[in-house]
Amino acid sequence: MTASTQRPSALRDTVDRAAATPEREQPFAALGLKPDEYARIRDILGRRPTSAELAMYSVMWSEHCSYKSSKTHLRTFGQKVTPEMGERLMVGMGQNAGVIDVGEGWAVTFKIESHNHPSFVEPFQGAATGVGGIVRDIISMGARPVAVMDALRFGAIDHPDTARVVHGVVGGISFYGNCLGLPNIGGETVFDAVYQGNPLVNALAVGVLRHEDLHLANATGVGNKVVLFGARTGGDGIGGASILASESFDDEGPAKRPAVQVGDPFAEKVLIECCLELYAAHVVEGIQDLGAAGISCATSELAANGDSGMRVELDHVLLRDPTLTAEEILMSESQERMMAIVAPEKLDEFLAITGKWDVETSVLGEVTGDGRLVITHSGDVIVDVDPKTVAIDSPVYDRPMARPEWQDALQADTARNLPRATGAALGDQLLALAGSANLADASWITDQYDDYVLGNTALSTPDDAGMVRIDEESGLGFSVAVDANGRYCQLDPREGAKLALAEAYRNVAVSGATPVGVSDCLNFGNPEIPAVMWQFAEAVDGLADGCVELGIPVTGGNVSFYNQTGETQIHPTPVVGVLGIIDDVDRRLPSGWQDDGQALFLLGTTRDELDGSAWAGAIHDHLGGMPPKVDLAAEKALAGLMHGVAFEGLATAAHDLSEGGLGMAVAEGALRFGNGARIWLSGITERDGVDDTAALFSESGARALVAVAREDEVKFTGMCEARGVPVLRIGVTDATSGEIEIQDVATLSLADLRTANRAPIRSRFA
Amino acid sequence: MALIVVDVMPKAEILDPQGKAVTRALARLGHGAVGDVRVGKRFELQVDGPVTDALLAEVREVADEVLANTVIEDVVDIHVVDEAAQESSL
Repeated sequence: MTASTQRPSALRDTVDRAAATPEREQPFAALGLKPDEYARIRDILGRRPTSAELAMYSVMWSEHCSYKSSKTHLRTFGQKVTPEMGERLMVGMGQNAGVIDVGEGWAVTFKIESHNHPSFVEPFQGAATGVGGIVRDIISMGARPVAVMDALRFGAIDHPDTARVVHGVVGGISFYGNCLGLPNIGGETVFDAVYQGNPLVNALAVGVLRHEDLHLANATGVGNKVVLFGARTGGDGIGGASILASESFDDEGPAKRPAVQVGDPFAEKVLIECCLELYAAHVVEGIQDLGAAGISCATSELAANGDSGMRVELDHVLLRDPTLTAEEILMSESQERMMAIVAPEKLDEFLAITGKWDVETSVLGEVTGDGRLVITHSGDVIVDVDPKTVAIDSPVYDRPMARPEWQDALQADTARNLPRATGAALGDQLLALAGSANLADASWITDQYDDYVLGNTALSTPDDAGMVRIDEESGLGFSVAVDANGRYCQLDPREGAKLALAEAYRNVAVSGATPVGVSDCLNFGNPEIPAVMWQFAEAVDGLADGCVELGIPVTGGNVSFYNQTGETQIHPTPVVGVLGIIDDVDRRLPSGWQDDGQALFLLGTTRDELDGSAWAGAIHDHLGGMPPKVDLAAEKALAGLMHGVAFEGLATAAHDLSEGGLGMAVAEGALRFGNGARIWLSGITERDGVDDTAALFSESGARALVAVAREDEVKFTGMCEARGVPVLRIGVTDATSGEIEIQDVATLSLADLRTANRAPIRSRFA
Repeated sequence: MALIVVDVMPKAEILDPQGKAVTRALARLGHGAVGDVRVGKRFELQVDGPVTDALLAEVREVADEVLANTVIEDVVDIHVVDEAAQESSL
């Protein structure tokens, strides 16, 4: 694994030795560096790197840490901004997580991150440490973590290996999150053969802080101490970042895979409380969590961000395994560790607090002003670099892009030519959709997560968004939703990314909250393939344009490349998380109706858009054509309307229309609380000029299903008209029939629907 | 009747939260002499027939593929305990 960098201490590779032995051959290729990257390191240093420097550059210049393939495209997010987007933004991209001002002196920080590759190798620990890692990002901003969420994508539901990954991933998430005492308030679960050898585990965490508690990962103040605290450093996941996350899995099997990390949620819980007490005591000048690339990353980023230098003695790192070499200590990805910058006069107080929490702490060195990161081991200087060359000025690749040659054929293969059913057969199709893997009730998964711990959860799965109360006095809260549709993105990555954004935005809006920020986790295939790079560039550009139009900023996120197995690239899967604010969580809207005899209104326009739909996929096993048209102006109008409706208390339930169209929205709205409905499609077919199939299953955007009490109908429709949102009364709730009656088409019993809806996941995995 | 015992331990380089918790508990209880604890698993496989080389090979395979998660654990020992309760390590 790292044997190539191991050598007896008598032969320690110091800076002096490196200067004196320029000819020594170094294993840069085994560490994932390309020959020109290695040449560039020699160029920067004016000599060959020491083995410790090589270890550091190799992990920090890996795709996972350096964003070398994506950086040129991610700049788009920084360029496409409007003043409106910055209004609430306290911290944007570049720090551990974005921070948004939510009013009343409160701020919310949130971020979504991938842990895909580790979760395939070791699903349980991979997913568990995914949760642990994203939670530490939130802690490092100065916030108390209050909720987590997961977007999961697995292989085909009936593939023999899928159960192994599903059980491991779900078990790992519930283990870590439940032990940590954080509610898991939602997410999504998708099954598709393209993720067979490369599941996606994207974990999102949200934290809450007072404005004055904000902390950044900047090392400033010459003479300030560099302090490492938390778990001891061991041999976990060495090279994980550079090798595991940046190379594709191939047929060679596990031999290449380095050790994965094992997490300890109880240690992390102590770390959370310890950090919050450190912040309250004002003894932390800067702080950074240790994740991928461990100490290499924390020291170089802190120094680079702070425009400073740092001197660190590696001998002071507390080790779990005393035989670790300097290179291994620098690369170790042991979990539950943090690095803080502490003023010397506050060090005693700092140590007293970590001591109280039984958190092991060691002072590694101090901040310097010379712009160099110098690391010594047993008195020898083994690293002497400009931290910016490690952390910021990593190589940037403008990789070749090409629209795939199959794209035109795929887009031409529209679902319009698929046979359409009428009458009762449409009811059977709705039943089949409810029983398809990707629209199935995921409660077998979410039941394993604690969603009410901490006592502030206002909404969680299966509602459209998760909602948490921030302030018990005022009722101020936030709402979050994560969405992606890899099928749409395969058809058109630019529009597909916008559709993911639009759906997450809509989910937050129908919960009654106002969307204010975005975090994205961009999962793509091998960037060295021009078609994949094209998909990535299209998706990023689409997302950036969409954010401008909606007026909400991207606050952070991550990129995961090399999601492929053999020749199979995953569908481009940009997972978008949207955060919203609600003044009072009492005004939230659940996704299902609870009362009898209320009117059901459809908001928005239905077009014949079945390409890439759940109907095309689950009923006809078809993927082709163009995804639904994106109309962000309509989404914005709908969101504005929903805010007004929730604020005025004019609706009792609201559910967004997405996969499975109106049919699934009605089914889910009915199943939520077990109350049926009668609906009629004639108004939609007449007004919008579509047939029954499109009325039921089209996935046109900017639509929602809203339940309104009789006495509020006039006021509600008046508000819709005033805001220019098309509104149509399409049905009435029925709490007694136990059925969904689609007039002149079909009648389905809720019992049958529930049985079908639960079958795919619960019956297979339970 | 024989018993095949399979011992599984977390890999040396992997964090062992259970072992760490026990180590700390022992220190708290005053057993300062114990420096480090690692916690593994012991599987006892009841066998009705004779323990043949073929069966042991099968158990070895089962141990690596099912009993141990070899990404984070190692099978450190497989041995047979016969009726007379005499352990023989293999």
